[in-house]
Amino acid sequence: MMNTLLELSGVSVSFDGFKAINNLSFQIGEPELRAIIGPNGAGKTTFMDIITGKTRPDEGRVIWGEKSVSLLKLSESQIARAGIGRKFQKPTVFEAQTVRENLAMALKNERSPFSVLFYRKTKEGAEKIEALAEEIGLTDELTRVAGELSHGQKQWLEIGMLLAQDPRLLLVDEPAAGMTPAEREHTTDLLRRAAETRAVVVVEHDMEFVRRLDCRVTVLHEGSVLAEGSLEHVTANQDVIDVYLGR
Amino acid sequence: MKRKSFVAENPSILWFLAALALFTIFVTAMSEAAGIGVVSTSFIKTLGKTLCLCLIAVAMDIVWGYCGILSLGHFAFFGLGGYAIGMWLMYARTEIIVTESLSAAAIPPTPEEIHDAVATQIFGVVGTNEFPLIWAFADSLFMQLAFVILVPGLLALVFGWLAFRSRVTGVYLSILTQAMTLALSLYLFQNDSGLRGNNGLSGLQNIPYLGDVPQSMISIAFFWASALALALGYVLCAYVVSGKMGSVIRGIRDNESRVRFLGYHVESYKLFVFTLTAVIAAIAGALYYPQAGIINPAEIAPIASIYLAVWVAIGGRGRLYGAVIGAAFVSLLSSWFTGGGAPSIPLGFYTIQWTDWWLVLLGLSFVAVTLLAPQGIGGLFDLIGKKSKSEGAK
Ligand SMILES: Nc1ncnc2c1ncn2[C@@H]1O[C@H](COP(=O)(O)OP(=O)(O)OP(=O)(O)O)[C@@H](O)[C@H]1O
Ligand SMILES: [Mg+2]
Repeated sequence: MMNTLLELSGVSVSFDGFKAINNLSFQIGEPELRAIIGPNGAGKTTFMDIITGKTRPDEGRVIWGEKSVSLLKLSESQIARAGIGRKFQKPTVFEAQTVRENLAMALKNERSPFSVLFYRKTKEGAEKIEALAEEIGLTDELTRVAGELSHGQKQWLEIGMLLAQDPRLLLVDEPAAGMTPAEREHTTDLLRRAAETRAVVVVEHDMEFVRRLDCRVTVLHEGSVLAEGSLEHVTANQDVIDVYLGR
Repeated sequence: MKRKSFVAENPSILWFLAALALFTIFVTAMSEAAGIGVVSTSFIKTLGKTLCLCLIAVAMDIVWGYCGILSLGHFAFFGLGGYAIGMWLMYARTEIIVTESLSAAAIPPTPEEIHDAVATQIFGVVGTNEFPLIWAFADSLFMQLAFVILVPGLLALVFGWLAFRSRVTGVYLSILTQAMTLALSLYLFQNDSGLRGNNGLSGLQNIPYLGDVPQSMISIAFFWASALALALGYVLCAYVVSGKMGSVIRGIRDNESRVRFLGYHVESYKLFVFTLTAVIAAIAGALYYPQAGIINPAEIAPIASIYLAVWVAIGGRGRLYGAVIGAAFVSLLSSWFTGGGAPSIPLGFYTIQWTDWWLVLLGLSFVAVTLLAPQGIGGLFDLIGKKSKSEGAK
């Protein structure tokens, strides 16, 4: 049996009285691939905001790792350094910088100002960047400014940055948006490969994409878990059918 | 793989250093000190001061152009540097004068008597004859030089820590930095501030123990010191914004929360940049005021820091040479216009006096640059660079 890497229990958060997350409990092991689906406004992005420290919950616990650290006590950057990487729903890369610079910034290294100030490029670093660029299909774009990339390429660059951080848990918010079918297929491969050694949580609307991920699925609705299990299992669930049809 | 030296990666640094060296040598050769005197001593001082302004502009470019913190308070650090060195200059020189005049008396004066007489000389104008506590080390050049760095550095560190920790950004941060400068200058305007209120510190051009050296030589020495400081500051800043540090800093400017989610502690980076640039500003100030001869609280007024932002914007932020060009161009032009150098324009019904209208012109140019050429003057160089590059590729 795999170890639990992250555990949320009884988490709630409300914005101006509106409960975006409602008594949510969730667990993921390492390694594991998990898909999260749910209608618009179900709280999928907010769920990731809570894990990464962007949003602080009103109540509940978020426990991380073997030492059972509470993530609620850590800052965003500490959470990232603890091993949680995130890809945002709207691709956010540093548009004014080159693809290489974007990847280099994400590369797992010391993060303190002084070690960054005196950082020297290494052979391993350069090789890692080349390998990542190869994996995300941006080898020819390394010296290009990220702002010039297509939407799909930006998505990939951000996935590359995520992998460069070498996190234990990857939170991937709608990675396939704006991608062609071929690109989507490539993305599923990438995520599945990443999940061989890590915990990966993928939020996605596209059922075909989720099907190809071939993993356990959690259905969110109105801020809580509506159903969990294999895709066949959850799509057969009457509540899930109601929610999706009732949209 | 050995990393190419950062100078090799940034050839513009060499261009800048070469231009600065040529300029310095040329001006020196034309100076009164060299016996030619095409360039007057007072103009040497103006040029020396301009170099100091270029240095603070480079610092401003790092903090604003690269890191995205629109600080409207860096002239406060500049002024504090000036005050710190000014205290020693004034103390040491007054002491020499007092000792000389008292030595004529029959009974040689005791050190206390000299000390009291110096205090009376310096603080008579604000109605006291005792040294305030902050002058405790004014007799030590070493200590005052240390204060040039320590006082503004600590102020920036504490202010920055409080501001960045509470995640104050954007306009609110700018307002906060303005409030800091305003508070500091209002405090200094008071007679009991310990720094002679609105009289400020004066006679700073007279360097103690160098009374016999003519100003033409002293002006050249400061001119060279300013050029050297600018060169070192430029290289240091270019190093900071090159490589990974530059990448992170620009990342913070463009999307600070994204940088946070990559695991960088953004506040530490901002604090580092803010404090480093404050210290550079202070060093620039410490070199500026001995050439200006006088420092008073008006120098620290909030408007000075706003001008600094205008220079950098006109020169082109996000490129260090742009900041240098902006500061040199605008400040020299400003002294030409306000110093009566520019001829008035008679319109028949009205005569444009540039001393009055210069600020309007500056304001309009600022608006024009912001709207039409957001990259500033430095942006033109980029265009030329790109053009020659694309032509070279053909
Ligand atoms: N900062 C905020 N302030 C106010 N309301 C918010 C905030 N963030 C999210 N919400 C609300 O919380 C609810 C959940 O939003 P969330 O972005 O988590 O949904 P989602 O499942 O990611 O939806 P989508 O599929 O559209 O991305 C929405 O109704 C949203 O309007
Ligand atoms: Mg969402």
